[in-house]
Amino acid sequence: MNKVISDLENSFFTSKKRNEDIKGKLVIGLTQIAVLLIIAILFIILGIIIYQGREKFSWEFISSFPTDGMTKGGIFPALIGTFILVVVMSIAAVPFGTITAIYLTEYARENSKFAAAVRFSIRTLAVVPSIIFGLFGLGFFIQFVGGGIDKTFNGGELHWGQPNIIWASLTMALLTLPVIIVSVEEALKTIPRELREASLALGATKWQTIRKVVFPGSISGIMTGTILAVSRGAGEVAPILFTGAAYYLATLPKSLSDQFMNLGYHVYIMSTQSSDVEKTMPIQFATTLVLLILTLSLNLVAVVIRSRIRRRAK
Amino acid sequence: MNSQLPIKQTFTKESLKKQFRLSEFLAEKIISSVAFLSIAIIFLIFFFVFKESLPLFSFGNDAKAKTEIQTTTGDKPESYGTITEDLKPESYGSETTEELKPESYGTETTEELKPESYGSEPVSNDDLKPEAYGDTPKEDLSVASSDETMDAVSENVDGADRTWDTFLSTEWIPVSDNPRFGLMALLIGTLKVTIISMLIAGPLAILAAVYTSCFASNRRKEIIKPIIEMLAAFPSVVIGFFAMMVLATFFQDVFGYDSRLNAFIGGVAMALAAIPIVYTISEDALSAVPKTYSEASLALGASKSQTAFLVTLPAATPGIFAALLLGVGRVFGETMIALMATGNAALVSVNPFESVRTFAATIGSEMAETVFGETHYSVLFFIGSLLFIFSFALNAIAEFYVKGRLIKKFQGK
Repeated sequence: MNKVISDLENSFFTSKKRNEDIKGKLVIGLTQIAVLLIIAILFIILGIIIYQGREKFSWEFISSFPTDGMTKGGIFPALIGTFILVVVMSIAAVPFGTITAIYLTEYARENSKFAAAVRFSIRTLAVVPSIIFGLFGLGFFIQFVGGGIDKTFNGGELHWGQPNIIWASLTMALLTLPVIIVSVEEALKTIPRELREASLALGATKWQTIRKVVFPGSISGIMTGTILAVSRGAGEVAPILFTGAAYYLATLPKSLSDQFMNLGYHVYIMSTQSSDVEKTMPIQFATTLVLLILTLSLNLVAVVIRSRIRRRAK
Repeated sequence: MNSQLPIKQTFTKESLKKQFRLSEFLAEKIISSVAFLSIAIIFLIFFFVFKESLPLFSFGNDAKAKTEIQTTTGDKPESYGTITEDLKPESYGSETTEELKPESYGTETTEELKPESYGSEPVSNDDLKPEAYGDTPKEDLSVASSDETMDAVSENVDGADRTWDTFLSTEWIPVSDNPRFGLMALLIGTLKVTIISMLIAGPLAILAAVYTSCFASNRRKEIIKPIIEMLAAFPSVVIGFFAMMVLATFFQDVFGYDSRLNAFIGGVAMALAAIPIVYTISEDALSAVPKTYSEASLALGASKSQTAFLVTLPAATPGIFAALLLGVGRVFGETMIALMATGNAALVSVNPFESVRTFAATIGSEMAETVFGETHYSVLFFIGSLLFIFSFALNAIAEFYVKGRLIKKFQGK
């Protein structure tokens, strides 16, 4: 009798177990499919853009001006414009971001309301849609600051109160600020507490400790942050739509009050507002390829540096 | 023993007190004021974006003053309900373009879209028109002479009132003699794209996150995570371009619909932008669930998949909710993909294969055409402030509500 029951129980449990096994495998398979699908999509995008863009992609394409109403030629001015944009942007955003990160890790007390508010604003800054930064650049930098400069110094003549490199770069700097802050903060946190304590115990002041001990340790974090910010800034188009990007310029920008061409903006206008979208297709794909190579390789470098920082932390 | 005494004596309360150093003080003050700037930026962004949309409100207030003289209804023009009833006649009177009115509400009112919102208006117009005619033209001229063109100003003055009226309509025709700013059309378009993209991105990203944090071996995890996060490095203009050139053609061949660029294409493309965000945050949330949870579940005999979906996933729900919220925020405000892949026609329908126009795309495509100070310009900035408030609110919810619950749950407080 007992044997029968235990047999029954056994068969019951094994069949249930088998069912669970199949179900479990299905479920795990489903999650695997999701991962594979995402990775596949990523490589499909990459593959198609490389495949379509390789034809036009050459040194000549990168180093020459667009010709024939942008239906032929290269993207040199767009590349230079993007370069100037990210350089000015980094000059503005990196010190600002580094100092904020130093405040958050070194000065802010555990339960400080102020630090919590700063953190919250940084996270908000990271989720505000990029187009809002464009509007802010137009309303604040161009009309308020630029317009104000024109009114007080140029007697109302329009010079700074219009879209140009400096306003576009500053707008972009605000957008990329959270990226820098987060990276530097992460690097600062990996510096052992003992180092700081040793420095303080030797009689160094807090500021001296930060300057001589903490800051040198955060250089790699600042680099990661800058590279990620540049990668982000080079790819964003929405903030510069109305703060400085130009459709076409025959010459390179000469001063910070000039407009500029931009890679991402170039892709956008070539694919939506060009006179002959079909004909310029290879140029569009090649430009996209250049942009993608730029952002992805920068990102890759940042990931490598970051993983080194993390290893140091361990 | 004796040798230690003098040292002890030097450590008095006085000597242990922090010495005041100017450079230290300055450094701390400067650093915290720079940190304060990031709070200031948030306020500045809202202030300056909202400031440019203020003409909408101030014109409304002017109209309010006028109506108070005429009819002594002290209703606030800001509320939608009262505008359609009280301010309507006044604004129409000052318009003095009789021939535009029947055209705008008679023929162009697509009745099948929203009959109930238009039903009452023509009636009230007819009733009150003659009465309002008498006293307004003089006022109108005096305002008009102060600016360059009659047209632009009259458009501006009554544009404000009319703008508020048309916000709830479903027509977005900003550039015309009789501009209409039907935000509803844009809202529906934006929601449509958002829903489509979250339906795709949500399950995919969460399932992928579950795999990475619960099933994958450490080695696989280290390969998968950076690759998926690499998707976040794709500029949105590249995703938009890809959707427009490749996906649109591909899906049109598969489904055979009419408009090549539509809400579905936009939704798919935006899902690509939302996946890395949802994935990263959900993965973090799942990894943050204490190991003891899953160990207890496995010890009780549950299988790996049961543990993942019945124990770990429910425990991480608040974090996953936050991930979805931030994904929605990203999609809602995404500009370049919307500009390039959604077709940009403000159509109202439930069909996912129709072109739509989103809030962000409207700002992106029309800002360049507007003139500073125009109603259209103000409306675009108003949309901008709406987007800002929305993303701010989403972030605040994700931050406080969700994190608070997570902490409570895991620390058992």
